[in-house]
Formats: sequence, structure tokens, C-alpha cells
Amino acid sequence: MSETLRATGKAGARLPNMGHGIDRERPVEFTFDGRTYAGFAGDTLASALMANGVRLMGRSFKYHRPRGVLTCGSEEPNALMQIGPKGAAEPNQRATMQEVYPGLRAESQNRWPSLEADLLSVNDALAPFLGAGFYYKTFMWPKAFWERVYEPFIRRAAGLGALPAGHDETPYEKPFAHCDLLVIGGGPAGMSAALAAAKAGADVILAEEQSALGGRLLLDGGEVEGLPAHDWAADMAARLAAHPKVRVMTRTAVTGAYDGGVFGALERVTRHLGDAPKGAPAEAFWRITARASVLAAGAIERPIAFPGNDRPGILMAGALRGYMNRWGVAPGKSIAIYGRGAEALATARQVQAAGLKVAALITTGPAPEGAGGFPVFAEAQVVGTRGRKSLRQVTVLSGGAKHEVIADTLAMSGGWNPSVHLTCHMGARPVWRADIAGFVPAEGSVPDMQVAGACGGRYDTQGCLEAGRAAALAALGREVPSVSEGNNVHDEPEWRSTDWVVPGKGRAWLDFQNDVTVKDVQLAARENLSSVEHMKRYTTQGMAPDQGKNSNIGALTVLAEATGRSISGTGTTTYRPPFVPVPIGAMGAGARGKGFAPERFTTSDGPSRERAAPMVEAGLWYRPSYFPRAGEATWREACVREVRMVRSAVGVCDVSTLGKIDIQGPDAGAFLDFVYANLFSSLKEGRVRYGLMLREDGHVMDDGTTARLGPNHYLMTTTTAAAGAVMKHLDFAAQVLQPNMDVSAISVTEQWAQFAVAGPEARALLRTITDTPVEDADLPYMGCCDAVIGGVAGRIFRISFSGELAYEVAVPARYGASLFRLLLAQAEGLGGGAYGMEALNVLRVEKGFITHAEIHGRVTAYDIGMGRMVSAKKDCIGKAMSQRPGLLDPARPRLVGLRLSEPMGKMLGGAHLFEAGAEARRVNSQGYLTSQAYSPELDAHLALGFLTRGPERIGEVIRVVDHMRGVETMAEVTAPVALDPEGERLRG
Amino acid sequence: MRITCPLCGARDLREFSVTGSAALLNRPEEGAELPEWDDYLHNRDNPAGPSDELWYHSGGCGAWLVVRRDTTSHAVLDVRLASEQKT
Ligand SMILES: [Zn+2]
Repeated sequence: MSETLRATGKAGARLPNMGHGIDRERPVEFTFDGRTYAGFAGDTLASALMANGVRLMGRSFKYHRPRGVLTCGSEEPNALMQIGPKGAAEPNQRATMQEVYPGLRAESQNRWPSLEADLLSVNDALAPFLGAGFYYKTFMWPKAFWERVYEPFIRRAAGLGALPAGHDETPYEKPFAHCDLLVIGGGPAGMSAALAAAKAGADVILAEEQSALGGRLLLDGGEVEGLPAHDWAADMAARLAAHPKVRVMTRTAVTGAYDGGVFGALERVTRHLGDAPKGAPAEAFWRITARASVLAAGAIERPIAFPGNDRPGILMAGALRGYMNRWGVAPGKSIAIYGRGAEALATARQVQAAGLKVAALITTGPAPEGAGGFPVFAEAQVVGTRGRKSLRQVTVLSGGAKHEVIADTLAMSGGWNPSVHLTCHMGARPVWRADIAGFVPAEGSVPDMQVAGACGGRYDTQGCLEAGRAAALAALGREVPSVSEGNNVHDEPEWRSTDWVVPGKGRAWLDFQNDVTVKDVQLAARENLSSVEHMKRYTTQGMAPDQGKNSNIGALTVLAEATGRSISGTGTTTYRPPFVPVPIGAMGAGARGKGFAPERFTTSDGPSRERAAPMVEAGLWYRPSYFPRAGEATWREACVREVRMVRSAVGVCDVSTLGKIDIQGPDAGAFLDFVYANLFSSLKEGRVRYGLMLREDGHVMDDGTTARLGPNHYLMTTTTAAAGAVMKHLDFAAQVLQPNMDVSAISVTEQWAQFAVAGPEARALLRTITDTPVEDADLPYMGCCDAVIGGVAGRIFRISFSGELAYEVAVPARYGASLFRLLLAQAEGLGGGAYGMEALNVLRVEKGFITHAEIHGRVTAYDIGMGRMVSAKKDCIGKAMSQRPGLLDPARPRLVGLRLSEPMGKMLGGAHLFEAGAEARRVNSQGYLTSQAYSPELDAHLALGFLTRGPERIGEVIRVVDHMRGVETMAEVTAPVALDPEGERLRG
Repeated sequence: MRITCPLCGARDLREFSVTGSAALLNRPEEGAELPEWDDYLHNRDNPAGPSDELWYHSGGCGAWLVVRRDTTSHAVLDVRLASEQKT
């Protein structure tokens, strides 16, 4: 395969014998800012653009400076792009991580009208006025300017990229994985760790954020065990992929370390594909649970802060080697290298070997041994650069003199920063190692995590391989082999901070993304923001999407020097998850639309919908609001008809959503005495009793009925709303408070379908569906019995929530739909039918029965007129605290009925109650309205509410004001029960 | 975070809900004075270090657990059934 040097732009070309990571047989076309370019399969957007001679890839955030690629990894601060179809493009995608695919569409960001001619670059000229803290100082006053002037201005100028306007329809997943050992990073240390652990029998997950395993072996060239490094890596990757104990997850960045061996990881599942398989997620946000972990995250190369270090064409030396070796890209034609010792020389030799010109080797220390064949500046520093949209010239200070070097590319290296991020996520701080001039993880930073390779400060390949193996075995609690001495501290000169921060004037960038320079940090120090956390917030250094991966150490070095402290004494800012940005859509995967909350359907759901009943939500349940009939124009008409139907004939309503809790055991009666305010142990078999349940603080928790089905067997019902809370409460009472009681409780809500049959014809209806006697003598009010219903063993309870003669009929849930249809058919034959939630509400308001609209958590038994139900004969949960003087104050708002003088519309809960002549202000409020309904039976607008000294004020006329809806009326205070106060109907 | 339920084994945090201090185990005797109840319901230590808490395995077996957790490291030191804490 022969290739000719193909120069398609000012710089940039493919190198003939390099580029093991691309497939030259598979060209890929894509667009950038509307222009079509060609790359190869295996290219990243960054490498393909560079190969096409594109240098300008973005504008900086604040000054809108032209920017090119700096790195070849996820830490990239400059080449951030908007990627995807128009209108749905994801902002802030790193061109260094995005693999090209046919039809990929990328756009530059933070420029207007175009990348080449960005009008906001005027900010660059204004730079002297836009230093650190500019916003804090400038937009302070006058106060009135905030909304009209400052905020619109800041909003227009702020933000990188643009969010798509519509809903994010990107498919995401939130999967789970478990393993014995999670290896984070697939470089030499990580691959070695994974293999050693798998050989030791452990289930291993190896997560690597790049598209292929190998780490720096793919980027740096060189040899491992006699093979080209990338070939060795490919062999190793194949062995790992074939190993049954190893799950290799490429394109997966571990984003956070959490308690208990839990890790977050973001996988780019199909982001690199043009035509993703249908249903496949773009990204998956994994939750990985590991017994132990090995961090082999490598290191990130440190930029050098020198004046004019942000021009397109200036990039990291490691990235330069990577673009040449992996992607076969010549980043430029005339390349200057700026760094230290042997590593800088090696970079220069590679550039030479690639057939490119080494414009100069600029080393911060003495000239490395063997350097020659190109200009060498030793004990030198770069003090300036030229070139507006592309580097042209580099000014070098060496031996007291300035030298101009003509170069279109400058590869810099200020050393390496171990990627300690994950070791800090649980609160640990890294420690400074002067010998390698880098922070390394403190021992035991994350429980059960071992650190191996470059992220632990070990930079040689052999050392990484040994360290990976040792870390894996240590993490698994096996015998750990010894690791040979490293060559970290060899004959290299000692590190000085001038290796990565050049003293002197001129704007030297630290944070490329947020446009923070050395001067800004020095200004922060001068203004006494000398804590590294304060400096960060004042200058915004490290607060961009790269979270300071490139700039942290440089910034704190400047801060340390400006404040006369050491680097270790200055410390780092806090590293927090996520390590790479995680889309909110990925975090919330599946929880959109119907996925937001589960839906619960009763057994009568189908038959109800068949009858065109509009369904309303009741918690997670769906219940019929009403059952419309022909000729009814409004819900109110249907509701009135259903109420009349129940009062005059018979109605059927699904009440299965009420919580049902089966309670059994020799101590079941005593247990009920303990959890209910009133007495239950005296309840006879075959009888039902209303029960009031308190919280331990004395307020009402819930109410319902409990039936005694057998000597040691009870069935409790709860409200629909509190079913879950009551179950938890009973478990608490039984296990925590009364562990010696022999009692068991379990929810059977879903096991039973239960229907209310209410109205004068209820008994006639029941006679048609069961042979079980349901006459008064057999089944009196508040009785219950086993019954055969339509051939099925079930239960009948004679209880009423409507005030009518009523039964509740229960059958196993699988017969629910069938029974509902049967009940409706029989009811219709008797002049009745189904009724929904609206009618149910009217029926209970007429009777003054409470729901959670009334027992909303702040009321006591006393407030609802049930103070005497709190039995004096026994202890119960909430008894002691319910007797607090403040909870028995007669001036408390207490339950009353209200007869409103004017209809007020449907929703009036929350309206306030005032004395007739009082001004409707908060201080005069004497209570509030909780429920309201129109009673067709009484032709009256009824309501329930809580009124100060309410029961003492029957007959008084008060004022009801709903400030929210702007309506008011007068109302007469009544007892809560408006209809049939003697209860004659339900005993009928 | 993970909690090892004595009945179900090691499970993810999201299967559990926390209620607070295990002081709730020590409910005052019937007839106790209100200040004692006030203490029981409202007043809590705020220890830096091991702390006994009540957790409910709501997404699992329904057991109430006493979880000893180090508030400084979030390490779970011990998990027992609440029902076995009293004799
Ligand atoms: Zn459990």
C-alpha cells in the first residue's frame, strides 16, 4: 500500500508509513461548518480535520480567540463542536473523541457569524478590561440594571454551544453491571491488571474511554517485547477479548467512584456510528458494582504557560506523537518541540523519522545527550509566538538572547499529571511528589481500589505492566509479586516549576477553555483570594467542561508562587464526579414520558375505558372520573346522575385501589390496638370497625376499616394515598417497636379486586350474584363474611362510604374484570350503574366523611372531631403526643361543614375562611376549605373545612375567599354531616 | 452505596429508604412524661463516626434494619435486623 504525501491545506497531510489506527481502504466523508471533508475509518474528527489542513476548530469562551486542537483525548479544551443533525446537534462534543462516520455533521461553536470572522473577538482587544472577577466587579450596580441590561448581556455572551430547542429524542440507557474487579483504563497497566485478574479466576470488567485498548502504546510508537507497541497492544486486546472472564468495554469512561464499590461509567454505544441499529442507545450510563477496582487511568500531559501559548498549531507533544503514530497525520511541516530532556528529544526524533522538519528543540534544562541534526536551545524558554489563526513564529529566550524560530507547529510538554480524579471522589486529597512533579493518589483513597501505572506516577511501560499485575492481585487479596524499581528518577534534571510556567509578561493561558491566564490567577492572589478554592471561583479556572484537567496544576503553581507557598501547601481544588461530562438525558434514561413513573391499573380498567370513562390519576393508579351517557354535555351532568343513581337505586364503584393489609398471628388483636387509636381487640369475628391511625407525633396518619376474619386473622384497609406508607408503618411497629408480638402483616392490595355496591337496591343486586345470605340478620351493618360470588370464593363486607345501604364485594384479582361486568349488568337492570370518583366525592362530602384532603398530615384526632376515639384503655402509637396541650387547644381550626351561598366552581381546596366582616388578609384567616361538592339531593353547595373553634360556631355565617382564583362567597357553618345525620339509610 | 440485608444479601442503595437514628428503637414506656417523648421523637446526636440508623428494605423483603454507618467515610460497618435488637 503506497501513499503519497497529500497536502490539502496550509498544513496537514497523511504520513505514508504511519497511522496504524486508520483504514485507508475505507474513506469517510463528513462536513464541518458546511464544508465536506474526507477522512478514514478510525479517524477522530480532530485527526481527520488536521489531515485536511484544518487548524481553526473553535473560539475561546471569553475572548473568542482562534483555537486549534490541543490534545488527542477527552481532556480536549479547544476543539469542542456541535455534532449531529441540524436542530438536534449535541453541543460541546470533543472532536478528539468523536470518531468520524459517513455523513457526520459538525459545526464550530462560540462564534458569530462564522469561525473565520468572529465579531465577538473584539473581546480579545478588550482583554485588559475583562480580567478575572470582571463580572463580579462590573455588574454590581445600579441594582435596576440587572434585569434590563446586565443579565441579557451576560446571557448572550455566555455559554458554549447551543442546546437543541426541542425535546431531546436521543435514546439513552441506564444499565447495570457487576464484577469482582473493575479495571479503569485500558493502557498497559490496565490491560496487564485485567489479564492477571482473569487468570486468577476473577470476573473482570475493563473500561477504556478510547475506541481501542492500548493507551499510550497506540500513540507513542516504540516497541514492547520486540513488537511494535501498537501491535503488542492489539495482541493483548485480542487475548482479553477472547478471555471468558473479561468483559472489555471500550468507549466507556468511568465517571465517578461512589460508596460501596459503585462506579458510574458513560459508554458511547452508537455515537460513533452514522446508522445506529434501531433501538440502540446513543450512550449508556452504567452503574458498575465491583468488589474491588484497579485505577489505571494514566496521566494527562501538562501544558506550558508561556505568552501566546494558545495559537492554533500549538499542541501537546504527546498529542503530536499520537496524531503521527495512530492517525498518520502530520500536524504541520515545520515543528518546534518544547519540553524536557529525553522525552522532548524522542519527540524530535519521531518528527524527523516521519520526514518532517524539526524547526527547533527547545529544552527547559540542559541539552539532552545526542541531540543534533536540528537547532537545539538548551536552558531555554518560549517567550512569545506569532500568527493570528495559525502559528507562524516562535520566540525563544536562551542564553540571555532572543531567537526567532519559524515554525507552523509547536509541541509542548510541561510534564505529566497523573489522573488522580477518581481517587478524590470520596473525599481524599492527592499528595505532591516532587520527584515527578505531580500529584499522586494518597494511599487508601477509595476503599478496595489499587492504583497502577501512570496515574500512580509510574511512566515506563515495563513498570506499568508489572504494576498492573501487582495491583490486580493486591485488589483480589492474592499474593502480590514484586515490582521492579522504576526509572522515574533517572539522570533527568530535577523538576522546576519553570518547566511548566514561564515567568514574565504577556498573556500566558492556563485554562484554555475558560480563558484564564497566569495574570488572572496572580490578580486573584493580590486580591487575597489565596485559597485555591476561592481562586478557582474568582477566575473560573477549572470550571469549564474539562474541569481543569489541563490547567489545575499550572494554576495552583502560579497561585503558590504568588502567595509564597509550596505547591503541596497550596493543595488542589476538589475533584468531583463526573470525570467527563454526562448528558442529563443519559442520567435520566428511560424516565421520560411513560417511563417517568409506573402506571397501576385496576381490574376494571378495561371495562371502564370501554364505557368511555375519563381516567384520572390517584397516585400511580388510574381511576374512572365518571361514566358518561348519551346526552350528557358535561362531567357535572354525569356526576349528578351518578349521585342520584346511588341515592335512589344502586351504584357500583371499584375500590380496589384502597390498601389492603392481611394481618395474622396470636398477637394480631394486640397489635391493632397498638397501631390504631381506638380499641380493636374487642372486635368480634365477622365484624368490621372503623379505625383511626396516628403517627407517633400525635397527628392523624390514616383511617380505614379493619375486619376480623378469624380468631387470629384481620384484614385492614387503608386509603389509596397512604397504602404504601401504612404498610411501612406496620412493618416498623411490628419489627422495631413490638418485636416480641407474634404477628405478621403483608400487603394484599393487588391480590384482591373489591367493588362497592351502594344504594337502596344494593341488597337486591347482591342476591343476584351470590347465594350467601346478605339480609340484615345475616350480615348486619359493619359485618363481614366469606361468600361464594359467581362461583368464586370471595368476601362481602357491609361497609359504606356513601351513607347508603352498601356492601363491598371482594374476589381474587383475576376475577375482578368479570365481576365488575357482572355487577354493572345487574345494576343496570335495577336502574343503577357504575359511578366514578366525582360521584364518590360528592357522596362522601354529603356525609362528612374525610379523605386525605382533610387528614393531610397536620390535623389531630381532636381536630376532626374524633378526639374521644383515642382509647384511654391502652397505649397506642401517637397517644402520648396527641395529648400535648397545643394539640388540644379549642382554638385550633377544627372540622366543620359549610353550606356555601353561591356555587364556586369545581376546585376550591385551599380557600381561606374569615369572619363575616373581616378583611381577607392572612392575619385574619381562621381556617381553610378542604373539599367542596354540589349535592343534588340537598340542592346545595357543600364543603368541608377547618375553622377555628369550628364546632362551637354552627350556624355562624362566614366569608370564604379563594385569593388564588379570585373568587369569594359567604357560607353557613354546619356540622360535617349534611345528609342523613342519623345514618338511617346505611342500616336500611 | 450498598447495604447487605441479613435476609436478602448485598443490595443497591436504591432498594432501601432511611428513617434516621436508631434511637427510635427505644420508645418511652407508657406514661412517660412529654419531655421524654420530645427527646425520643425530635432530639438527635450528630456523631462524626459510627452511627446506628434505621433503614427499611422497601424494595426488598420489608425488613427494618439497624445499619451501623460511619458518617465520615460512609462505610457500612454492620447490618442487623431491627427485630433482633431488643429482647
Ligand atoms: Zn431484605
